[in-house]
Amino acid sequence: MTTARRKALDRLRRGKTYMEKLSLLVASSSNEVRGEQDDRLRLIFTCCHPALSREAQVALTLRAVIGLTTPEIARAFLTSEATMAQRIVRAKRKIVEAGIPYRMPDADELNDRLDDVLAVLYLAFNEGYLATSGPSPARRDLAEDACWLSTLLMRLLPNEPEVIGLVALMQLHLARATVRFDRAGGLILLKDQDRGRWDQQAIREASAMVERASWLRRPGPYQLQAAIAACHAEAPSWAETDWAQILLLYSSLLVFWPTPVVRLNRAIALRHVAGAEAALTELQGLAVELKDYHLYHSTRAQLLRELGRESEVPAALNRALELTDNPAERALLQRRMG
Amino acid sequence: MKYMMLLVSEAGAWESIPEAKQKEIFGRIGQWWGELNGKGKIVEGYQLQPVHTATTVKLNGGKPVVTDGPFAEAKETIGGYGVLNVANLDEAIAIAKSWPGGGKVELRPVVEREGM
Repeated sequence: MTTARRKALDRLRRGKTYMEKLSLLVASSSNEVRGEQDDRLRLIFTCCHPALSREAQVALTLRAVIGLTTPEIARAFLTSEATMAQRIVRAKRKIVEAGIPYRMPDADELNDRLDDVLAVLYLAFNEGYLATSGPSPARRDLAEDACWLSTLLMRLLPNEPEVIGLVALMQLHLARATVRFDRAGGLILLKDQDRGRWDQQAIREASAMVERASWLRRPGPYQLQAAIAACHAEAPSWAETDWAQILLLYSSLLVFWPTPVVRLNRAIALRHVAGAEAALTELQGLAVELKDYHLYHSTRAQLLRELGRESEVPAALNRALELTDNPAERALLQRRMG
Repeated sequence: MKYMMLLVSEAGAWESIPEAKQKEIFGRIGQWWGELNGKGKIVEGYQLQPVHTATTVKLNGGKPVVTDGPFAEAKETIGGYGVLNVANLDEAIAIAKSWPGGGKVELRPVVEREGM
């Protein structure tokens, strides 16, 4: 890793020290945006207004800002057209009846309001990218649409590091999107993927974005996730991955998102730095909170196997199998059952 | 637009606050209310007596039945209300966020009809 990159990662990890300066910076950035751009921003912030449910925010954003049709949105979220149409109608009605204004948030509320917008975009992206039912075209498009809108938002709010971080994160995922599945639609794990087929140009661009965002000195969860994805994307091989750096980044991410899933991911990084025993100890602390999360059980199975506790492996794998419907993931688990 | 601002708190939450602190919060509420009232943002409203003073009249067909207590058994109760007269929901939300009394604030637009 280059010195510049390392410094960028240090800045990102430095915590929330610079958060207080946010409102000042926001005031100067929002003044630069004019006319039609203002209009687009107002629309995005109205669709993602916190008085609407997350589901409604997502549906409305895809409909009104990206311009997808109601049937397209319904397909992407695996719901019926009638359900989706009703969701959109209700959201529009709430905007009118509750008096949700069509306006750009003030500088002092922009931080909070932007959180909602980023969450909506990330959710839409993940819905397309993770595509629980495999790489179907309709859903891949959704990930690309969400990335497109995030890029637009980045142009409208060029000094918002979290927006830059989100775009970089999406681009890093998309750079290896097609390499994740084999011809039969089976999942290929990161460590087994053909890195030569990743989109190197997109990875370079996204890594530069992570660095640029870090210069704004306002770290946040999307920048940190992008930095983690960049560490993976830039590693020449699985064995040469900078796990120590990834572990530090996950620890910083925990400050913003102290969720069990982030702790699980951190434990996986810890496995590569401090060994399977240390990682398994971390996992023990998550047993209750993640008891219904298949990746908890499949990770646990892997660690038990590494530690030679083979007799405990089948139960963990079985539990993981019970908890996922995703055919690609199920196939992978069944292979591990041997 | 007019909004009903319902001031909600957990039953017993207020009583559990030490008296000196209660006084301080009351002082801040008085000032907050006075300012918004002076600007015409709060057009009316009251603090309500505690929930044990509530009486409910049920009219579900047939003979009205009078019972002791609030309309719904809940951990949270309405401690007061104000009617806001503001430009839009964002202004109402900004006011709700500055409410010094803690707990929760529910905002509901009122149905405004001509001649009422």
